[in-house]
Amino acid sequence: MIEILGKTNIDFMSKRKIAFICSGVLMALGMLALVQIARGAANLGIDFAGGTAVQLKFDQPVRTDEARAALERNNLGGVEIQEFASGNKLLIRMKTTTTIEEKVADRVVAIFTKEFPVRKLDVEASTEIGPTIGHKLQEDALIAILISFAGIILYIAARFEFRFGVAAAVATIHDVLAVLGLFYLLDKEITLLVVTALLTLAGYSLTDTVVVFDRIRENLRVRRRDGLETIVNNSVNQVLSRTIVTSLTVVLVLIPLTLAGGEVLHDFSLALLWGVIVGTYSSIFVASSLLVILPSGAGKLLKQG
Amino acid sequence: MKKVGGRFVMLALVVVFSVVAFLPSYPALFQTLPPWLKRAFPNKGIALGLDLQGGIHLVLEVEEDRAVEIAVDRSVNTIQDLLTDKKITVESVKRTGFAQVTLVFPKGDLKAQIQKILEGIPGFSENAGAGSDSTLVYELPEGEIKRIKDSAINQALETIRNRIDQFGVAEPLIQRQGLKQIVVQLPGIKEPKRAKDLIKETALLEFKMLDDTNRLATELPQRVLKGQEESILKQHQDKIPEGDQILFEKVVEKDSGREYRIPYLVKKRVMLAGDVLSDARVSIGQFNDPYVAVTFDARGAREFERITEENVKKRMAIVLDNTIYSAPVIQERISGGRAQITGSFSTQEANDLAIVLRAGALPAPLRVIQDLTVGPSLGRDSIEKGIHATLLAGAMVVLFMAFYYRLSGVIADFALTLNLICLVGALAALNATLTLPGIAGIILTMGMGVDSNVLIFERIREELRQGKPVRLAVDGGYDKALLTIIDSHVTTLITGLALFLFGTGPIKGFAVTLCLGIAINLFTALVGTKVIFDVMNRRRQVEQLSI
Repeated sequence: MIEILGKTNIDFMSKRKIAFICSGVLMALGMLALVQIARGAANLGIDFAGGTAVQLKFDQPVRTDEARAALERNNLGGVEIQEFASGNKLLIRMKTTTTIEEKVADRVVAIFTKEFPVRKLDVEASTEIGPTIGHKLQEDALIAILISFAGIILYIAARFEFRFGVAAAVATIHDVLAVLGLFYLLDKEITLLVVTALLTLAGYSLTDTVVVFDRIRENLRVRRRDGLETIVNNSVNQVLSRTIVTSLTVVLVLIPLTLAGGEVLHDFSLALLWGVIVGTYSSIFVASSLLVILPSGAGKLLKQG
Repeated sequence: MKKVGGRFVMLALVVVFSVVAFLPSYPALFQTLPPWLKRAFPNKGIALGLDLQGGIHLVLEVEEDRAVEIAVDRSVNTIQDLLTDKKITVESVKRTGFAQVTLVFPKGDLKAQIQKILEGIPGFSENAGAGSDSTLVYELPEGEIKRIKDSAINQALETIRNRIDQFGVAEPLIQRQGLKQIVVQLPGIKEPKRAKDLIKETALLEFKMLDDTNRLATELPQRVLKGQEESILKQHQDKIPEGDQILFEKVVEKDSGREYRIPYLVKKRVMLAGDVLSDARVSIGQFNDPYVAVTFDARGAREFERITEENVKKRMAIVLDNTIYSAPVIQERISGGRAQITGSFSTQEANDLAIVLRAGALPAPLRVIQDLTVGPSLGRDSIEKGIHATLLAGAMVVLFMAFYYRLSGVIADFALTLNLICLVGALAALNATLTLPGIAGIILTMGMGVDSNVLIFERIREELRQGKPVRLAVDGGYDKALLTIIDSHVTTLITGLALFLFGTGPIKGFAVTLCLGIAINLFTALVGTKVIFDVMNRRRQVEQLSI
């Protein structure tokens, strides 16, 4: 039997003050990101903000400053240019959309053909999203998030007790905020795909929390004499090896995706990777710690047992 | 002792079903099958999404208000024709508002006569309060406006479908979304720009007469450079007579490729419109110039004959979307219902013109509100990278499980493989479209599959540590892990369902794989691996479990 961890007996709950400080910082960062998104100051993807993105592939390298200068010479300012590590690719993004007379994407291509006549270029992808549809997507994403949170709290409250539902929801919101905060710090674009990743990791982090809660519930029924803090501590220790092994395998899956999954999957996997790490931490230090400090003491489950 | 036979049969059936469902998605193998066998397959398998094979995703919005205005303008034409037929002369018939027509005529008994004639104008009703002794106001009621808008969208949908059909795209998706939006998906298309132009062109073909009698006609410049249309219009705005307009002919100089515009004074009145065409074909003229030969239907042929007869030696403009293609002089009465549209265009442009004329005009202009175009090379790149990363990730997990849990890990790996086969089979059976987020969803499901097994194995280990015999430990492990697994799967399923219901496009694809994956996961983790443990335990009394 190979074991990463033997039988452990770590006193997690005594460290909850430090944990709460860490979590507070993570959540504050996430809140800041949320506020910036609401103010329109964050790096919202064009799926949400509306705009145009053109991905060009050249046969020779084109530097971003050359490209920017060329576009500005032709009165196309306010563009964001991103260079891909491989294959002479440029991603050009702007918040303007097409008018009836002219397509922005076509104009970008025309400018590059004129300014860099020697270099052959190929339009790999272009995206244009009108501001109205961007707004609709923002709304849809928000509704999806709210509905899934409500559904999850209700389910956990029904399966455990209300306190557990609250703790699980807080831990999940904590994780989502932490990832949002990281993306804000790294100035990563928040796209529809990143929102998908956030929702996925919300599901994942919940799984983690539910596993710990399940064990707490089981132990509450069997060992009524111990205090809640001891029971929580024991439960976390009992499922610790499972938590570590699972997180490790998910991380094993996500690392190749982040490094080799191609540009589209990169941000998606990065969000999940960071989310898994934070999610594992939060199931122990946020969800379980909250259970200990939330009111109603030993609660309904003890009485049932 | 537990029966294992039934469960084995069930597993085998599921695998066979999955393979059968998946086979059509793998053409290299599928094409080698004899035709009678191919026909026996119930579905078409998994389709690749736009992000994986390249293509266009367009969301278009019909400018419905324009559709109403166009319909009202057409009624104005009809009213003029009706009045001319009855030999009644009025001062003017004009569209005076969004859905309003006003007639101005000399005072007297004309009002009653006109009212009687116009009783039959479909849809319109008289607004008596707004008229006077010398004016009559007709308006479209709300319901009629709504009907026009609604039919505009349906007609646009039908027209786009016709055009795409004639353009030739494999498996296009063209459907209405919400009240006034149309989604067009063209996977794997090679010339995205051309296809988009073809879809967006209103293609309203009109025959209008030139107004040579007005002085302005002679004052207009011979030709101007492209881009100067606006200033010409501004310059002559005030001099344009009532019922006329200035339109431009597009001319491309053959040698230099320079584009010019020739301004013409044209009567607004539409003599004949594109809806009377029965066919349009590209032909090559005597100087190797492509032109479009159009054929009118019976009514169109009659009308065209009458118009040409009445206007011999006058010039008629052939107008498409407010641009003149050519303005030939009518030499004689043209019978037989044929006409030629010449102009400065390449063979491909002539081809596309023929397509849009055959498919019919859009009832109103379309606005593009979303346009995602993925080139075929990026698609190929994405699928290769996605698959490589998935394989690499899968291999790492399989090795890790076998290393950490030994024989039991190998059993879990078997369950994972089973999971993957079932998931792919289920996607194929549903004719799902696989997108990049969909692949991510598959990978995530694999992760959850591993987690279920880890939960079970850790429980079995705990039971073994307490000194229980292998069989009891296995059963206990499964029993105790069951609740946890169900709870964790249901919570993830809730997220998946919310994504499915409220997500759009790529998010939906992700949600489908996630939800399916979760359901299949429960099955393989609780039935798939257990049956193997049961078989092992049945053969002999196992003393030691490799876990």
